[in-house]
Amino acid sequence: MAMATAQPTTADPVKIRLRNLTKTFDTKRGPFLALDNLTLDIPTGCFFMIVGPSGCGKTTLLRILAGLETHSTGTVEISQPADDRPSNSMIFQGDSLFPWMTVWDNAAYGLTIRRLPKAEIKDRVGHYLNRTGLSRFADLYPHQLSGGMRQRVSISRAFANDPDILLMDEPFSALDEQNKLLLQEELLRIWEETRKTVLFITHSVDEAVTLGDRIMVMTAHPGRDKATLDVPFERPRKVLELRARPEYGEFVYNIWSYLREEVHRARAQDEGSSS
Amino acid sequence: MTDVVQKPAAKAAGGSGFSFSIGAGNVDRLMNIASPVFLLLLWEVAARMGWIDVRFFPAPSKIFQTMFTLIENGQLWIHLKASMYRLFWGFLLGGIPALVLGISMGLSRTLRAICDPLVAATYPIPKSAILPLILLIFGLGEASKIVMVGIGLFYPILINTVAGVLEIPKIHFDVSKNFGASKLQVFRTVALPGALPLIMTGVKLGVGMGLILISLSEMVGAKSGLGYMMWNAWEILSVETMYVGLIVIAALGVLFSLILNEVERYLVPWKAAR
Repeated sequence: MAMATAQPTTADPVKIRLRNLTKTFDTKRGPFLALDNLTLDIPTGCFFMIVGPSGCGKTTLLRILAGLETHSTGTVEISQPADDRPSNSMIFQGDSLFPWMTVWDNAAYGLTIRRLPKAEIKDRVGHYLNRTGLSRFADLYPHQLSGGMRQRVSISRAFANDPDILLMDEPFSALDEQNKLLLQEELLRIWEETRKTVLFITHSVDEAVTLGDRIMVMTAHPGRDKATLDVPFERPRKVLELRARPEYGEFVYNIWSYLREEVHRARAQDEGSSS
Repeated sequence: MTDVVQKPAAKAAGGSGFSFSIGAGNVDRLMNIASPVFLLLLWEVAARMGWIDVRFFPAPSKIFQTMFTLIENGQLWIHLKASMYRLFWGFLLGGIPALVLGISMGLSRTLRAICDPLVAATYPIPKSAILPLILLIFGLGEASKIVMVGIGLFYPILINTVAGVLEIPKIHFDVSKNFGASKLQVFRTVALPGALPLIMTGVKLGVGMGLILISLSEMVGAKSGLGYMMWNAWEILSVETMYVGLIVIAALGVLFSLILNEVERYLVPWKAAR
């Protein structure tokens, strides 16, 4: 754990390097271009946000990086961790916990799969369940938890695995506004401990500005890089205080101006294909 | 003194203020017991009054009398033990391959493509129709009975296991892949536990099928077992003994379903607690 907090000096400053990445799906109605010629550098330790209208291929991009999908053309370079830590762990959208495992076993999943020593598993899982306020619920099953608590388990599962990169696919989209706020603050707090490279997908501009160091706005289908902006707010951040500042509103508006056109285009595509 | 403090909790659990009130569940349970008892009584009366032919429908009291005799002279135990022994080995012989093949088929599209037509073609064959063939191949000894039970158990467990794996949401497989699970680990941590609810359904159906087939196969080529006992009773016209066999098999069915429900509650706590 100490290694993770120390700033690596010799490591590659770029963690994820995408060059002309394209992904085409074969569908019944012919090839479907999901990602179009995407070129992108994500620096080590960057909290990188991707915003885009639904159906723009952001989840596809994340799934390619998670090894759950293969890309069609272009290159993906992910600099591997020096030790035997896993390269990435994904926090999925929606219910991804195993209903047949307790909270504890779910959170320990990655470590159990890697057959780490029992004491170390106990240490790490205990730490993150504690950080997410779930220690008391370790023996419960997911169906006994609220949606917010389930997503906390899923965050603990990814963090406990101590990966080099965290891939987060709209992890808070199913939560109500209050729970979302709490979890965003929790995520920031836990992330400050380790400062891992994060790739976070969202359709919420607020969430992107609140959490991210850098934001990429994606175009409507097919997914391209529309604009990439650096978030000018210092860390550590307090979500509510940040949102009360006038610069925050300005910056959100700024992102929206890029996004608005794409959202309208996405809607036009939807209406075009459904009629 | 502490008793007085704890009383309100019990009251709250009962719902109403009167703690001995008969809930809907109790009424159901009462009727569950009352209906067979009533039927037995009616049967007893009908037999004694001569409304039914006691050569075919002996009075329940006579049947239970015979049952006690069979228990006392040890006959019933011998046959029961023989049947249970075959059922047990048939369960292992048919159940374990069905489980392994079922999960593998659920996980592998290729294996499904290969095995699906074979299963579809062989499943509808009445198991009783292959009994002569099984007797021919495995002889009149224990093997043929065990194989019959095994075959009977194999299909319901296999088919339900495949369905159980296919019903697991894809996201769970994505999670295990992303966390680097090996094929064996996916089998153990996702496919098997995820399919367990339907596997248990398959086991319950399979055990029922096993009971049918064990009595059937013991009627044809055996010198022991509940099936043999009933067939022998037909040959010597001991109708009461036939009924004893029926009652014991029915009781076994109930007992197995109770045991399996408990096993299910233990193995699938995440489904039972709803």
